Amino acid sequence: MAYEFDWSSIARAWPYLLDGMGTTSFLVAVAMVLGVAFGTVLAILRLFGPRPVVALAAGYVNFFRSIPLILTIFWFFFLVPLVIRAVTGNPYFAVGPVYAAIAAFVLAESAYYCEIIRAGIGSVRAGQLQAARALGMTTAQALLYVVLPQAFRNMTPALINQTVALLKDTSLVYVISLNDFLGAAAKIGQRDGRQVEMFLFAAAVYLALCSLGTMGVHLLQRRGAASRR
Amino acid sequence: MTYAWDWLIFFKPSVTGEGLYGWMLVKGLGWTVLISLVSWLFALALGTVLGILRTVPDRWLAWPALLYVHCFRNTPLLVQLFLWFFVVPELLPLAWGNAIKQMAPTTGQFLTVVLCLSLYTAAKVAELMRAGIEALPPGQRAAGAAMGLSQIDVYRYVLLPQALRTIVPPLTSDFMNVFKNSAVALTIGLMELTGQSRQLSEFSAQSFEAFTAATLIYMVVTYGVVLVMRHVEKRARIPGMLGVAR
Repeated sequence: MAYEFDWSSIARAWPYLLDGMGTTSFLVAVAMVLGVAFGTVLAILRLFGPRPVVALAAGYVNFFRSIPLILTIFWFFFLVPLVIRAVTGNPYFAVGPVYAAIAAFVLAESAYYCEIIRAGIGSVRAGQLQAARALGMTTAQALLYVVLPQAFRNMTPALINQTVALLKDTSLVYVISLNDFLGAAAKIGQRDGRQVEMFLFAAAVYLALCSLGTMGVHLLQRRGAASRR
Repeated sequence: MTYAWDWLIFFKPSVTGEGLYGWMLVKGLGWTVLISLVSWLFALALGTVLGILRTVPDRWLAWPALLYVHCFRNTPLLVQLFLWFFVVPELLPLAWGNAIKQMAPTTGQFLTVVLCLSLYTAAKVAELMRAGIEALPPGQRAAGAAMGLSQIDVYRYVLLPQALRTIVPPLTSDFMNVFKNSAVALTIGLMELTGQSRQLSEFSAQSFEAFTAATLIYMVVTYGVVLVMRHVEKRARIPGMLGVAR
């Protein structure tokens, strides 16, 4: 093996890598919060909406689930600026890569979250909704105070799993040269000729972060299994 | 500012002089399908073996499989691709590394993507396989052993024939994901469908037409996967079990 490692290159690149990690966490946080919120709305529309709305929501979910995330990111990075320029009439309007990435992730991830939340709502017994309605609650109140709290409890493991997937997906912003953690590692690695150390380090960090998520899921599932006994 | 629509762009000669613009998308689709199908076959084979290993009582077999699945499921696909493409050739013995780097670029990129996507997808298939085996009633394994079957024969005649058939419906989404994940190939320079549509948009300045075409092609491909899998599901369904209508 001829390669000589120089792990000090990571220490030298530390501030830049930390900056990238900041971008990654920002993307994950925003896409998770907005994705879950939007996904919940979509799921409720798919379950309780009038028929045309159900079809529309289902079409939305299937659309985003059938095309690669990279293609969605390209749509928002290359095309949405053109649309906004045409609409506003301002030929110099620009969308920063961060906003393009956030828009792409929120829309695509909300489709993924929607399916989980739909299954979660489906796991609550129908009697719960009927009982709440019988108590005089409106459907909205019954969903908000009776069904959703139970549903979210049931689907916490699946939601964490999807958020881990989201963390992995954010690395795809590399394709629009956004400096997330992987982008930062790749750039420094190319500049210093230290790609080996940088990519190995990036892999280790992602592995550690995602492992935290999956181990949390295991813990929750074990506790859930115990409480149901 | 007005956008000049031109849906006939696909039938106009490309600036590269390599035929029509539409031909770029056809070539890209070819790569996407080739990468995905080859990776899917490898992933099915390796994933089945790993999934079985995760359920055997022997810890020395189960642990490495668990470690493999954990590592490959908990790192981003793009990071794995960069490890295979940029890192591994440096760490191999010098002669091997040079041999890899001196391969024709497209061949090298294709083999790297297939290797990466196969190993990544295999981890997902392994999880399904394990779940399929563990979902069987424990009495099946015990009954097999009570009949005097060896460990291997219990798997061969009792567990696998049932498990392999029950995991077909959930395999559909993994099969779809292979096609979507193959888009990462563009990051190491292999111009599959997404990469070609970006190039087409840059060469022709007809971005909307280029990306719309790619999106529609992906939707057709994923719908094709759903149709094929629906057929396989029907063939593989175990009579008497509740078939999940999809």
